[in-house]
Amino acid sequence: MIEHVVLRVIAKLLAPFIVLFALYVQFHGDFGPGGGFQAGVIFASAFILFALIYGVENARQIAPPAVAQAGIGLGVLLYAGTGVAGMLLGGRYLDYSVLAHDAGHGQHYGILIIEFGVGVTVAAVMITVFFTFAGRRGVLEAREDTGVPHDGDDER
Amino acid sequence: MITVTNLALLAFMAITAWAIARTRNLFVATMLAGIYSLLTATVFVLLDAVDVAFTEAAVGAGITTVLFLGALLLTDRQAKPHKNRLGHRLGTYGSMLLVALLGAALVYTTLDPLMPHFGDPGAPAQGRLAPEFLADSVRQVGREKPTATHIPNVVTTTLASYRGFDTLGEVVVIFTAGVGVLMLLGGGAVRRRPGPRKGKETTGGESTSGESKSGGAGA
Repeated sequence: MIEHVVLRVIAKLLAPFIVLFALYVQFHGDFGPGGGFQAGVIFASAFILFALIYGVENARQIAPPAVAQAGIGLGVLLYAGTGVAGMLLGGRYLDYSVLAHDAGHGQHYGILIIEFGVGVTVAAVMITVFFTFAGRRGVLEAREDTGVPHDGDDER
Repeated sequence: MITVTNLALLAFMAITAWAIARTRNLFVATMLAGIYSLLTATVFVLLDAVDVAFTEAAVGAGITTVLFLGALLLTDRQAKPHKNRLGHRLGTYGSMLLVALLGAALVYTTLDPLMPHFGDPGAPAQGRLAPEFLADSVRQVGREKPTATHIPNVVTTTLASYRGFDTLGEVVVIFTAGVGVLMLLGGGAVRRRPGPRKGKETTGGESTSGESKSGGAGA
């Protein structure tokens, strides 16, 4: 945990705006540059910034690993499920035109939904990967304490 | 003007790449890799590929640097000197020669008179596929009639609808990467399994002493 007051205050102030910007990028991908991939990364970066300043265990309380790991699969399911929904409504797989009363709206809804799925998966993967790497150091040190041998880490 | 900017950016990229290859300090290398990604993003902006530039800046310069830093915490800051110096030198100069030859071959192909110039609007790639994609994207995805919903960003319509399968595949790739990292390194929520695994100590240590130390690791 970092004790610098400036960093702690700024990180706390910035985090909500980073999340807000991520949501803007997420839902305005059809009007400007952006989309699920960028939005997911920006969303995750807010949590990673928080974890860097306040420590991983505090960040884990905000974004529990179980939730983040569930998000990994949920995003893909949402994307693939939109395709199945199109099939059930009489279209082809990933054909969004049948999702609404006319094709234009259907395409718009479909794109919004699948972009949201992309964003959920990307954000969840980024948060999970960072927490896994950052928590790894604790695991290694804990193993050294308990005397359990670990693999491929001779120089430590 | 744009040629000068392009050349300057490409020169910066070459210098950064050289510096990354030269430095033994892994922290410096990580930071330089972030700068390299930012330069790439600027080049994409100059090429009017704003969406790609956005992705490069967010993923390449942003999250990749942070993930590298996270991985750096698990190892030393300095790369170890090679034991077999002669072999290392040979490998370095051999690969440099190979890259130089490949680059020369690529430059040689652009000298072919049939090859379109950089940014040539009459290039075959611009002439056939691009207008068709743009027209189809607007016709099939963008709007049926003028009053219907209009999605102005043709990149989004192409990626999300026109090439929906492709993007689904990309998401599955990211999904696989996340699951792979979880399986290799074991996430925060390790489920205990009965059997002769030494995960028990790992899980216990992680939730007590490991957790408190991981905060220091993040700092």
